[in-house]
Amino acid sequence: MKSLEELAAIRDKMKGKVSLREGENAIRVVVGMATCGISAGARPVLNAFVEEVSNAGLSDSVTVTQTGCIGICQFEPVVEVFETGKEKVTYVKMTAEKAKRIVDEHIKGGKVVAEYTIGNTKL
Amino acid sequence: MIRSHVLICGGTGCTSSGSASLQKALANELTLKGLEDEIKIVQTGCFGLCALGPIMIVYPEGTFYCKVKESDIPEIVEEHLLKGRIVSRLVYDEAAEGHKDGPASLSETAFYKKQMRLALRNCGVINPEVIDEYIAMDGYAALGKVLTEMKPEDVIKIISDSGLRGRGGGGFPTGRKWSFAAANASDKKYVVCNADEGDPGAFMDRSVLEGDPHAVLEAMAIAGYAIGADEGYIYVRAEYPIAIKRLQIAIEQAREYNLLGKDIFGTGFNFDIKIRLGAGAFVCGEETALLASIEGRRGEPRPRPPFPAVKGLFGKPTIINNVETYANVCQIILKGADWFSSIGTEKSKGTKVFALGGKIKHTGLVEVPMGTTLREIIEEIGGGIPNGKKFKAAQTGGPSGGCIPASLIDTPIDYDNLIAIGSMMGSGGLIVMDEDNCMVDIAKFFLDFTVGESCGKCTACRVGTKRLYEMLEKITSGNGTLEDLDKMEELCYYIKNNSLCGLGQTAPNPVLSTLNRFRDEYIAHVVDKKCPAGVCKGLLAYEILADKCKSCSLCAKNCPVGAISGEKGVPYVIDKSKCIKCGVCMEKCKFGAVVKK
Repeated sequence: MKSLEELAAIRDKMKGKVSLREGENAIRVVVGMATCGISAGARPVLNAFVEEVSNAGLSDSVTVTQTGCIGICQFEPVVEVFETGKEKVTYVKMTAEKAKRIVDEHIKGGKVVAEYTIGNTKL
Repeated sequence: MIRSHVLICGGTGCTSSGSASLQKALANELTLKGLEDEIKIVQTGCFGLCALGPIMIVYPEGTFYCKVKESDIPEIVEEHLLKGRIVSRLVYDEAAEGHKDGPASLSETAFYKKQMRLALRNCGVINPEVIDEYIAMDGYAALGKVLTEMKPEDVIKIISDSGLRGRGGGGFPTGRKWSFAAANASDKKYVVCNADEGDPGAFMDRSVLEGDPHAVLEAMAIAGYAIGADEGYIYVRAEYPIAIKRLQIAIEQAREYNLLGKDIFGTGFNFDIKIRLGAGAFVCGEETALLASIEGRRGEPRPRPPFPAVKGLFGKPTIINNVETYANVCQIILKGADWFSSIGTEKSKGTKVFALGGKIKHTGLVEVPMGTTLREIIEEIGGGIPNGKKFKAAQTGGPSGGCIPASLIDTPIDYDNLIAIGSMMGSGGLIVMDEDNCMVDIAKFFLDFTVGESCGKCTACRVGTKRLYEMLEKITSGNGTLEDLDKMEELCYYIKNNSLCGLGQTAPNPVLSTLNRFRDEYIAHVVDKKCPAGVCKGLLAYEILADKCKSCSLCAKNCPVGAISGEKGVPYVIDKSKCIKCGVCMEKCKFGAVVKK
């Protein structure tokens, strides 16, 4: 170790990798991963969220996690975004591409991607 | 891309309950399910709740699974790690009950709520074998700050101002110790870490070394800078294989990053650390005996002065601090003296780690602010006494300490209060006893330990402890007299006053404190020839109650010495001349007909 900067660089690089263990964050992205969700393709959606959140450098403030069946199997893959002090937002029929847009616009930009939400989706 | 971390405890407690094979099974199952790139397994140090091991925590949810078996792994992987459904039957009871929607977070449970983990902050959080994880938790930032921004005297001042006192037992102010060594000019000085943890039932230092070895290395380097030393030794007992392995890995990694070695952070400061293994002699926890052992001589104490700060290792100025003391140093540097001195009581600052053992539900490792009462530790954090038994006493300070009776359970624990009530902090062993423990027997247990561990240099300790033990033996076998009690007390003070080192000076403490607090039990042994707790075999007699005996012959069949006889329809009887008081008959009887008196 030649300088403090070198140490800080390792710390910053590693920080995101251990922040997962520091408990609840302000924003929680929950992916439905019951049998119905998985068969509808929830795995790549989950992975896309984890990757996009990490790429956006938001691992410290956003938790991506899975949950069981939400009860609307026909809309799977279902993703819900919880934010302290706000109504939860339910996105349905998710794909990895949609996940990227949600991270960009909703998680980063604070603007709900209305067209993907359950209210705007027809069966 | 990793989306979840599974932390598995790799401390000694959980390793002995099978965490290593659990880790392997989990790795296999993750590969089988194709999850190995999404889920990371992290082997950590001790979480503290050793009684419920092996322990596994899944993040980001923070789900606390306990007593996990290999056969539970497929379910955890399929249900939790894949589908996100928590396997509730394996969740720590208290966490599961604690919350209306799903398990409570760990910090809300009674075991963790009143704890404050400073020395143990990284234990159970990081992988101790990966230096990068330690650095992520601000590791080596304190060393960087000290070397680039502070003068050695500033370092000593901040440690002095923080009020940090030695955690090994004596409670000597750490800053003052450092200033003594700094003041002595010499071409060579040493920094030593005392990891020769020897009290029966104590495993605080072991857990710190296993869970956060870099914290100790970093603090030793800081101490080296403060006193002007460039070499450090860690004296650790060979019985701690996991701790030694992790220390070795940590030292190698720190050398690779040049956080140990020459010209650290480009400041021209050199510091390196070597490990010395102790053979497990209790006396080597005494600082002068420890130094002798490092030098390759027989581990025997020598008179002080000169103190090690003047003439220590290889005759050079040396500071010796305990593992837990070092574990506090880096945070004091980073967060300041005021932060540290705001925790604890007037004369005892910060926190103390205790190894909870004995008759307690949550056997394990806890860290609480100084001034926490014994009641909070035992009843709230420790979960109380199992099987509805009554709390009788707590033993602190190991073979050098004493017993705190139930009447003093509300005493706030710090260095000075413990001494005032006839015990001592010691290194932090805390053994809880209930009504089934005989206090005379406890005193005998600790004496037996010191008799074996006395190095033999001082007659008072070598012969005195042996004689004291024989007197206790006489009492527990039913041959004691009231006069013996007075003689014992006299001998105790004689040993204390005429021994060279702490071992002899404190060895009579378990006897003195029980004589003082539980004299009635001694009197029961001596006058009534009874052991109230029913422990001392010499004073026990097993009997079969004729009205309850069904003549089933089970006791007679199980008696190892054939002391029980009888026939169908007639109550069985025990031949007291043959009985060895093993208690098997009482254990086997289905009708409660066997009693001990």
